[in-house]
Amino acid sequence: MNTIITPPTSTKKPAAVQKEDAMWLQKELINRNYHELATAHEMNRKVSATFVPGNLNELLMCFDFARSLPETNALQNGMRKKSGKMIMDAERDGQSEDVCTYVKADLGMMMGGEIGPTGEALPRPDLLLLSYTGCFTFMKWFELIRQRYGCETVMLHVPYQGEGRINPNMRDYVVKQLKDTVIPTLERISGVKFDIDRLRQYMRESAKAEEDLVWTLQSAKHRPSPIDGYFGAVYYIGPIFTAFRGTPEATQYYATLRSEIEERIRLGKGPMTPDGEMGEEKYRLVVEGPPNWTSFREFWKMFYDDGAVVVASTYSKVGGVYDFGFRHDPDRPLESLAEYCLGCYTNLNLPSRVDMICRYLDEYQADGLLINSIKSCNSFSAGQLLVLREVEKRTGKPAAFIETDLVDPRYFSAANVKNRLESYFQMIHQKRSGSTH
Amino acid sequence: MRCFIGIDLGSTTTKAVVLDESLRILGRGITNSRSNYDTAAAIAKQEALASARFNLFRGAISESGALNGGLDEFIGQYERDFRLEQFLEQLADLETVCQRNVEMAHFGGDANAVHDALSRVFGTLREEAPAMFALGATRKSDFFRDIAGSRYLAIGEKVAKDAGLRYDMLLNVFDRSIIEVENRVYGESMHGQLELALERTFARLPQAAAQRGALVAPIRRVLDTDLEETYVVGTGYGRARLPFSKEHIRSEILCHGLGAHIMYPNTATVLDIGGQDTKAIQVDRKGIVESFQMNDRCAAGCGRYLGYIADEMNVGLHELGPIAMKATRTVRINSTCTVFAGAELRDRLALGEKREDILQGLHRAIILRAMSILARSGGVRNEFTFTGGVAKNEAAVRSLRDLITENYGDVTLNIDPDSIFTGALGAATFAQRAVVDEGLTAVHRDTAAPPAKAAGAAASA
Repeated sequence: MNTIITPPTSTKKPAAVQKEDAMWLQKELINRNYHELATAHEMNRKVSATFVPGNLNELLMCFDFARSLPETNALQNGMRKKSGKMIMDAERDGQSEDVCTYVKADLGMMMGGEIGPTGEALPRPDLLLLSYTGCFTFMKWFELIRQRYGCETVMLHVPYQGEGRINPNMRDYVVKQLKDTVIPTLERISGVKFDIDRLRQYMRESAKAEEDLVWTLQSAKHRPSPIDGYFGAVYYIGPIFTAFRGTPEATQYYATLRSEIEERIRLGKGPMTPDGEMGEEKYRLVVEGPPNWTSFREFWKMFYDDGAVVVASTYSKVGGVYDFGFRHDPDRPLESLAEYCLGCYTNLNLPSRVDMICRYLDEYQADGLLINSIKSCNSFSAGQLLVLREVEKRTGKPAAFIETDLVDPRYFSAANVKNRLESYFQMIHQKRSGSTH
Repeated sequence: MRCFIGIDLGSTTTKAVVLDESLRILGRGITNSRSNYDTAAAIAKQEALASARFNLFRGAISESGALNGGLDEFIGQYERDFRLEQFLEQLADLETVCQRNVEMAHFGGDANAVHDALSRVFGTLREEAPAMFALGATRKSDFFRDIAGSRYLAIGEKVAKDAGLRYDMLLNVFDRSIIEVENRVYGESMHGQLELALERTFARLPQAAAQRGALVAPIRRVLDTDLEETYVVGTGYGRARLPFSKEHIRSEILCHGLGAHIMYPNTATVLDIGGQDTKAIQVDRKGIVESFQMNDRCAAGCGRYLGYIADEMNVGLHELGPIAMKATRTVRINSTCTVFAGAELRDRLALGEKREDILQGLHRAIILRAMSILARSGGVRNEFTFTGGVAKNEAAVRSLRDLITENYGDVTLNIDPDSIFTGALGAATFAQRAVVDEGLTAVHRDTAAPPAKAAGAAASA
């Protein structure tokens, strides 16, 4: 493979877990960002916190900000089994059980001295950049952080795609905010003058990485699918949805990933799982909703043990919907940033989400839709059953519903989830064959 | 003959159904799940096979033309006598284990007195046993642990008092022994018990004894028929513990859907309220599941909720329905959380509300929760089949009927008295189809068999 970054596979790989080289590389990148954050103030860099959906990474890089993404911190803490205590600390501090567990994990982490997922301390942000793309909780979350740290906040208001499309005036409204508010604030706080050509350069890199990401996610149209478009995809989306979009490292990462997947297709291999190569592909699913992070491996195992592969997921589009043609465009930098924010999955209305899922079911030749509804996510869980019913009606394919949580380990009932998944797989089998065994 | 067996390992009880090649139900068996699914599965299966034998006896004797008009009485008596034999055998085993465990209990100088007390307790239990299995006798439970346990405690208290012995010594011995005995499978001894029971029956029914020759021949023929376990399918929460390979395991959703379809072929919607979960299932005209919904992590609104309420009110679980049926109004219970409902119940009692009216409200609260799960699964379509332990509760059924009519209009509501066996029936049907339609043969998984014993079986329904 023609790579610049040497995959740190041989030294760090514990024998028990198996991953593709690109998965190890992804982990290395994410860890590197945590180290950059930990040393940012030492290196006289300003720190910005911002959320994944609608993140303006290229723009922030123009001002040399180190980038911290609170949801990523929470999910990393979840995967590393640290979120349970953080959530309980936040609840002891007065947060209700019903509050988003990403928020509580983040608040709990602050109370515990801001020790990040890798064990290094996370810096206090100098700026909270809120790009508001459909999740109301994001706004409240930053409000809590602002109250605690007294740091500056800048909000980019992104209009909801209530009509299912982006009107020119919506885009102009976002561009105007970028010009009038966001960029001047970033300049003031960072002390760096805005250079649009620098932004264009980053966006050129973004577009290249986006091309390879889309290719990778669409490789699941093959039979057998060479990837898992949900559990595997959360590794693949890591760099581009976080602090690396627009960097040459991300471009390189996606080129490496693509060549790995090309090889898997050539060899007719299915996805790599933590227990090694997946066996026979029996079920092809589309999944809506984020995975559970605290029991991520156990959850995934329930799928691959039964030969179920996820061929497409909406969650893998949460930091940008690229598969219907959108790319960051260096020739129209600010307009393109606006369109990126407006097109985020969380900013789409219900009919658009239904259309997208139906399209996936068809294009990826999937057997059915599974919704993983998040207990503590009030804004996103509303309407999921309507989505399920509508998709069932339009495609005639079976759908199922499970409930877990993002990072609260108390809300993952393995027996319950497994029971439903097994029932669902057997139901697909029964329906597909039209037989009664 | 070839038998197809379905086993449903539930959280509270384990059920088994035996079918013949033409999908006729030969037998049903049920036992408490203990916390040992291996034993529960083995015993439920054995009970179902025993019940299959009685079914075959009935057919064979009926064909022979003997006992014209007295067949029901004879089979009924024979079955009760068989249950008595099973009970006595397990009781003898319990006594042996109890006596042995006295030595392990460090009773010092009291050991001999405890031995004597045990002999007296078990002597009384043996004397009482025939009355417990007599015609018309009611038992609060059909499981050995419950029947033997409650009488042991009652008799033991008196015996200990009379002997000037500490009662807790007898409790200690019982606790040490019951789990060991309860987890034994008395597979080998069924034939012997059937022989002994037959003698008892002849002694009790002189008319039958007069036709001994005509009766023994068909019975012997049935006893000589090998009930071959051709294919077994397992389902329910303990399914992973069943001693056979993955091909023999089916999801309980599929089994309940198919079982309901077999019981009522026009079933479109199934509601199952079991001990720890509530399932709403939509099936097509062939019994294939189209969609389903279940309760999430919390078991409020399931059978356990009623168990908790029964404890709170200090009444038996089976008494809740009849008490609630006496209600003249329905007290609104807002909480679906089991613990909060308990608090609400005490609060309502303190406010002077009548017990039956509160209980009616609690039943309605359970059904309201089920209604929400039904709605999420796609609503109620005609015909609608209600299964699971809670389907036996008349107050729950009344609330369900009212709410279904209110929300979905006139819908045929099916409730089978044997609805607790729905999942096992679906599993057994899958077993029959695997062999008859698909030509599969059984694949066994290697597991340690539960400890076997030479005689007796758990008393059962």
